Amino acid sequence: MRYEAPESVEGAVALLSAATGEARVLAGGTDLLVQMRADVVDPELIVDIKKIAETRAVREEKGGWRIGAAVTGAELKEHAKLKRAWPGVVEAANLIGSTQVQGRATLGGNLCNGSPAADSVPALIAAGAVATLAGPQGRRDLPVEDVMLGPRKLALKKGEIVVSFLLPPRPPRSSDAYLRFIPRTEMDIAVVGAGVSLTLDGAGTISAARVSLGAVAARVLLVQEAAQAIVGSRLDAPAQRRLEAAARAACRPIDDKRGTVEFRTDVAAVLTRRAALIALDRARTS
Amino acid sequence: MAKHHIEAIVNGDAVEFLCETEETLLDVLRDTLNLTGSKEGCASGDCGACSVTLDGRLVCSCLVLGCEVGGRRIETIEGMAKGETLHPLQQRFLEHAALQCGICTPGFLVASKALLERTPEPSEHEIRFWLAGNLCRCTGYDKIVSAVKDAAATMRKG
Repeated sequence: MRYEAPESVEGAVALLSAATGEARVLAGGTDLLVQMRADVVDPELIVDIKKIAETRAVREEKGGWRIGAAVTGAELKEHAKLKRAWPGVVEAANLIGSTQVQGRATLGGNLCNGSPAADSVPALIAAGAVATLAGPQGRRDLPVEDVMLGPRKLALKKGEIVVSFLLPPRPPRSSDAYLRFIPRTEMDIAVVGAGVSLTLDGAGTISAARVSLGAVAARVLLVQEAAQAIVGSRLDAPAQRRLEAAARAACRPIDDKRGTVEFRTDVAAVLTRRAALIALDRARTS
Repeated sequence: MAKHHIEAIVNGDAVEFLCETEETLLDVLRDTLNLTGSKEGCASGDCGACSVTLDGRLVCSCLVLGCEVGGRRIETIEGMAKGETLHPLQQRFLEHAALQCGICTPGFLVASKALLERTPEPSEHEIRFWLAGNLCRCTGYDKIVSAVKDAAATMRKG
C-alpha cells in the first residue's frame, strides 16, 4: 500500500488520476482507517490531503466563509467568528464522534464517506454550501446536495477531490441549526438529522429558508417543500404544522436496527420543527 | 514498497522509526517504540484506550497512520509522570480508586490532561462529555469524574 502526501491540489489530482488500482483520499481517517481495518476497503494508494494548505484553512471569502475539506471538527469549534455566522454547521460537525474523533474528523471526509446519516451534511445543505472540486479537467463547484448520489456513491469523477466548501454571505437576521436523534446522549449515528437555515425580514417574517434531512432516504435530502412551507410566515403554529407535514412527506427511510420507517418519519417532522425554532430564535438575536 | 522513514518528537524526545503504510501510530508506539502504555481496545476509534495527543490535539492513535506523523509532536501516557513524581491526575486516580482493571486508564489520563489544559475548571457536565470517547467497563465513571475534578482543583492551586 502506497502512501503519498502531496502539498498541492494538482499533485493530489495527478496521483489519483494516475492510479490503476483502488485509491483513497485520506483526510481525518476516522472512517477510512476503520474501513481498512475491517477489510471493507483495501486501497493500493492513499493520498493524504492534509499537507495541502487550501484544505486546512478557514477564511472569509466574498462575504461568506471558505472552509477547507480537511479542517477538523475541533478546529471549527474553536473558530468563534465562524460559529457566530454558522452555528448550525459547526454544531453539526461537532456532533460527529468523540473528542478524539473531533481532533481528526473533517467536513470533506464526512461528505465523501457517502453516508446518508452524516451529521454535517444536512447542515451544509441547509446552509447552501457549495463544494469546490478539483480534478484532471480543472475545478468545478457543485452544491453539496449534488455531491452524494446514494450510500457510498458520489458524483466525483476519477481523480477528483473535494478541496473546500463555500458558505454564502449571511444577510442580517439569519441563522441556522442542526438537530439529530440518537438513542443515547453522545457517540452514535443519527437515526434522523435535520438542518434548517433561515433569514428574517425587518418585521420578523421568514424571507428565505432551506431545510435538509439526513438518514431518512438513500441520500441527504434538500426539502424545498419544507422551506416553502415557512417562507412568508413567522413560524406560528399553522406554519409549524405545514413544515412538519412537508418534512414527513419527504421521508423515504428504511427500516433498520436504528429505527423503523414510521419512527424515522415522525422524528423527522419533530426535529425539523425544533431546528427551525432554534434557527428562528438565533436569527432574531443575530 | 520500501518502509517509510519517519522522524517525530515523542514525549519531548526526537525519535525515528520505519513503518509500513498500514501500520497505525498505535502499532508504531507499542511494537516499534516499545511504548506499551497506550492500549488497543476496539481499534476503531470508539473506546479511547489508545488516546494520545498529536501537536497538542487529542486523538485516537489507532486512527492515525504512522507515516502521517513525520515532524509532529506526540505525547503519550509515558510522558505524563516526571521521573518518580506522578502527575496530579495520576495521583488523584489512585486516591479515588478511579480504576480497576486499568486497561482504559492511560487513555483516560491522557484525555483528562488534554481537557484540563484547555479548561482548568471543568464542570461535571464538561468532564463527562469530554470523556465520552473513553470507555470504562469497571468503574461506572463516577470515581473517574471525581478524580478529574479533584486533580483540576489541585492543579489550579499550582
